[in-house]
Amino acid sequence: MDLSRRDIFKIGGKLLLLASAGATLDEILGAAPPSEAYRMADHWWGMIIDIDKCIGCGSCVRACAQENQVPAGFFRTWVERYQVEEGKQPLVDSPNGAMDGFPPSKRTDLKSFFVPKLCNQCASSPCVQVCPVGATFVSPDGVVLVDETYCLGCRYCVQACPYGCRYLHPQKRTVDKCTLCYHRITKGLTTACCENCPTGARQLVDFKNPKDPVHEFLRNNKVEVLKPYMATQAKVYYKDLDGAVR
Amino acid sequence: MLLGGVVVFLAIRAVVVPKDFGKFGHYRPGALETISTRSIAYAGHEQCLQCHDQEAKVHGGGMHAKVSCETCHGPLAKHTDDPTANVPKLPDVANLCRRCHEKDAAKPKGFHQVDTLAHSPGMLCNSCHQPHNPQL
Repeated sequence: MDLSRRDIFKIGGKLLLLASAGATLDEILGAAPPSEAYRMADHWWGMIIDIDKCIGCGSCVRACAQENQVPAGFFRTWVERYQVEEGKQPLVDSPNGAMDGFPPSKRTDLKSFFVPKLCNQCASSPCVQVCPVGATFVSPDGVVLVDETYCLGCRYCVQACPYGCRYLHPQKRTVDKCTLCYHRITKGLTTACCENCPTGARQLVDFKNPKDPVHEFLRNNKVEVLKPYMATQAKVYYKDLDGAVR
Repeated sequence: MLLGGVVVFLAIRAVVVPKDFGKFGHYRPGALETISTRSIAYAGHEQCLQCHDQEAKVHGGGMHAKVSCETCHGPLAKHTDDPTANVPKLPDVANLCRRCHEKDAAKPKGFHQVDTLAHSPGMLCNSCHQPHNPQL
């Protein structure tokens, strides 16, 4: 058979079209679930954080570390304490990620509050965009995950994340991050940090569930995401976020 | 020559790229199953209440009602799998209560806080307060 370059490109183009059509069909019909009862297409996960309820106890940090075997000195979630004086740079501390809480501050002359941090589960995530091998991705239910078997450990994503939420696992030598406890939420449980927050400052939310309290929360409160100017479509919403928070 | 190159490329690609790669996007969908099938460490509050109904009654009517059992007692999924083989330890009260209730200017104003050194130096909180249903 005599094939010209034009023929080869024609056949290649058709194959490419067929492949992309297949992927789109899967997305429309709803992705194959990780378990029988769970349908990814029915969920779009995120979190709401009420800063005024956070007491900086570090229960979330400890729970996350226990649930996900996070190595010592690294954090998938952490808590920062902001102490803001008018006209000055805010003082920010987070001793050991707040694993053991905070040493008490008696500076009542400053505006002080705690800010829990974690992966913002961006729908348009810079970390996903820079991964050269497709090891990090946004799942069909809106969680940014890392495929350990594909990750090269190049750390482009660590640099790309505007929120500093990724690290190179010291033993595995692959990138690690908050999975929004994907192994829990796909079983109908909440995340370890939300489960163990004693004041309910953090709550897992499903934007696709019309009965989820998040809809009322967003309707009745002033909320903001971190670094909105990065246009990452972050899905972690903070109630009454102060302008000093970065 | 070109055709040969394409054939070799497609043959290598067929071997190294998983069949379902690209099903949902530019990634391996098998990773979703790998991540979602990991085991849990925290069983969840509801699991504890199924057996510990006495504690549930005391705890449920107090100021700590919304605090999950495992927040103080640690991860207990293994305990729920086999209650006799995996017995939880009692919490380290000297540090546990302080983490939440030590007075700090950054804590919300309405939250119960105490300067532990001035309040009860050297004493454990549960000498006076019942942790499952604390009274002020």
